Amino acid sequence: MLPKFPRFLLLVAAVTLLAACSGGESNVASGNRLGILHFGNGSEPQGLDPHVVTGVPENKIIRALFEGLAVKNPYTLEPEPGVAQSWDISEDGRVITFHINPEARWSNGDPMRAADYVWSWQRLLSPALGGEYAYMLYPVANAQAFHKGEITDFNEVGVKALDDLTLQVTLEERTPYFLQLMDHYSTFAVHPPTIEKFGKATDRYTPWTRVENIVSNGAFRLKKWELNRRIELEKSDTYWDRDKVRLNGVVYYPTENVVSEERMFRVGQLHYTNSVPLGKIPVYKEMPDSPYMQEPYLGTYYYLLNTLVPPTDNLNVRKALSMAVDRDKLNATVLKGTNISAYSITPPDTLGYYPPKLFSYDPDRARELLAEAGYPNGEGWPGLELTYNTSEDHRKIAVALQQMWKDVLNIDVALTNQEWKVYLDSVTNMHFQIARRGWIGDYVDPNNFLDLFLTGGGNNNTGFADPRYDEMILKKAPQAATREERFAIFYEAETLLMEQMPIIPVYTYTSKHLIHPSVQGLPPNLMDSLNLKYVWLEDNVQTTEADD
Amino acid sequence: MLRFIMLRLLQAIPVILVVITVTFFLVRIAPGGPFDSEKPVTREVKAALEAQYKLDLPLFQQYTSYLGDLAHGDLGPSFKYPGRSVNELIAAGFPVTAELGFYALLVAVGIGGLAGVIAALKPNTAQDYIPMSLAMIGICMPSFLLGPLLVLVFGIHLDWLPVSGWGDIPGDKILPAITLGAGYAAYIARLGRAGMLEVLSQDYIRTARAKGLPEWQVVLKHSLRGGLIPVVAFLGPAFAGLLAGSFVVETIFQIPGLGRFYVQAAFNRDYTMILGTTVFLSVLIVLFNLLSDILAAWMNPRLRAQFGH
Repeated sequence: MLPKFPRFLLLVAAVTLLAACSGGESNVASGNRLGILHFGNGSEPQGLDPHVVTGVPENKIIRALFEGLAVKNPYTLEPEPGVAQSWDISEDGRVITFHINPEARWSNGDPMRAADYVWSWQRLLSPALGGEYAYMLYPVANAQAFHKGEITDFNEVGVKALDDLTLQVTLEERTPYFLQLMDHYSTFAVHPPTIEKFGKATDRYTPWTRVENIVSNGAFRLKKWELNRRIELEKSDTYWDRDKVRLNGVVYYPTENVVSEERMFRVGQLHYTNSVPLGKIPVYKEMPDSPYMQEPYLGTYYYLLNTLVPPTDNLNVRKALSMAVDRDKLNATVLKGTNISAYSITPPDTLGYYPPKLFSYDPDRARELLAEAGYPNGEGWPGLELTYNTSEDHRKIAVALQQMWKDVLNIDVALTNQEWKVYLDSVTNMHFQIARRGWIGDYVDPNNFLDLFLTGGGNNNTGFADPRYDEMILKKAPQAATREERFAIFYEAETLLMEQMPIIPVYTYTSKHLIHPSVQGLPPNLMDSLNLKYVWLEDNVQTTEADD
Repeated sequence: MLRFIMLRLLQAIPVILVVITVTFFLVRIAPGGPFDSEKPVTREVKAALEAQYKLDLPLFQQYTSYLGDLAHGDLGPSFKYPGRSVNELIAAGFPVTAELGFYALLVAVGIGGLAGVIAALKPNTAQDYIPMSLAMIGICMPSFLLGPLLVLVFGIHLDWLPVSGWGDIPGDKILPAITLGAGYAAYIARLGRAGMLEVLSQDYIRTARAKGLPEWQVVLKHSLRGGLIPVVAFLGPAFAGLLAGSFVVETIFQIPGLGRFYVQAAFNRDYTMILGTTVFLSVLIVLFNLLSDILAAWMNPRLRAQFGH
């Protein structure tokens, strides 16, 4: 009879379900046993060619596969030996001589040579490659001219292989952060014969980074690459410092969806998450022995003010808008206390540098300034449009600011959201009055934030232009003899910038991760920089798997 | 029959050509380009990038060059993933999406077909209302809600099934298939109910019952084939819809399918990838519609006659 039919189906379904029950050993448990780290990495990397790709997920994988001349110590962020075992800096700071470790090897066993760097830097700086990070080498003498095609003889660029193990770099001028750039993946060496085997040095579209082809020089090497699914690395047996490496491998997962990523962590599929959903943070913070880690991050969330169009061309309007924003309240409510209120562009404690704080939340002063600008209590206000790229988090912040401006200044601000590329187009062409912006530092130095606002700079996007500012950043700061003197110049420049208020700083970012307690040797730092060489997994740690 | 198939395939060529042309020019009209990023590149770098991908050629020349490559089956290099071709990305993502779509279709036909038949047997009783109300809920509930709900119950609270992945842990394909199939199951239930109701009121069914056949024979042998014709006609578009619409489910469950590439390509202005996936999916949709027409004809003797059998 008919009722038998569904009953049979139900049985099949039940059996299938039971057979499929996850059970078994979780990734975390097996990873701890085998020394394999399971790592949530945000998204599928564009690729693994250090000179071609840009982005944080790419950075995390490339820095495990390759190693620079000098690397950042994850505890102090100060440079320590990488491929170069030591370096000498000339008196005037312009000539740096790197001594390459004779034990440094490519993953195919070839020794690393100084000439590999000359070849690699020529590749990055060749205009035809279209390397987006070529400007990382601009401090090198004539590098910018070569990249812009003004000179075509690479011998004129300040990088020479004196012999197989000695690399001499001549800089345009003293660049105190240059050693840090040696840990940026764009300046890494690639293996010339491997690239030449698959095409011209400047071809972007070749298969040299595939598992079967790639030759790298880092603590790990590529074992498996399943598109949009996982990238597996294994410990390299040719790496010069292999005895220090305690992990046997790493598996990177593309985890675009933060909510799914958090669920993967909860059931023990991940040791480390790329991010944490905002709504879950209060719950994790409450937990005893919480796996939630939050640290200040080298990035600032701010709004650009277009100083070339009314009403934001009026300094008093810009100041009034900025002073009417209660950053602490925003942080406590909308952001659930996950970030740090910002009053300037450079994040605090950037290598010991603290930016000036010229103002604070001051509703009375904000109203006065608005009145001075000709809009007492918002009368005669011409209206203002705030543009942000489509995202629920950006929307929440924009709505909060809109309300604060209404409450404090009695003015109306309209919100417009735009799809990412449309928004980029608006910002680049300055088709906006106020626009959301974020900047994440590439290296730990105030210069990386302050040079954004050079006259006509590609990331300025505010119309701010001041020759005194340009001179301090481009001329005076590089010539400073000591770090203190240099930071004093930066402080003066940043004061000048914030007096003109071309931006509304909102908050300093924090990095947020869920990290399983078995993961060791992963100190928090301002760059959210991890060196997997130092990481290990402790097997006998109480797990928090499947906690609801 | 063969003539019918050939004719339909020939008709498809101009359709696909229009799809390519419209997509090609539409994506270029959209503001922003593939190489715009938060850290703007210098003019020199942008020019070099455009030269590498032939974007410096006049637009019409780019179009003809694309068509030329397409004729050889080459969908071009991806802009977003340097070193990968669009063919390769589709080859990596499509089998996963197709497998997911197939399981979802099984779920949809299995649950939906059964619910439809059960409802049709006793119309306007509880046996009809309950499955049909569930079907209504199924249609209304979006997959971005159903997916996380299923994960919460079966993945986290009960810990029966994995919360994400595809082919990594046994059972990780069950929740995505149910999530993707549920909405379609609901449609199929309604279509199946309507089809069965119509067939069950036919004279030949009355004859079958009058002969004294047991009810299950009347249903399974005599009614099912006719009653499910509307369902079969829906299968082609449904499968195409499952393939093209799996993006949300792929994102929730971190499945490495084509849907994620497709949507990301649009956000990234990865021109070749947008075009490649669009062309690929439109060819599939045309084929599946044809296939379901053929299947429907085979099941319906009246239509079969039109093809000259």
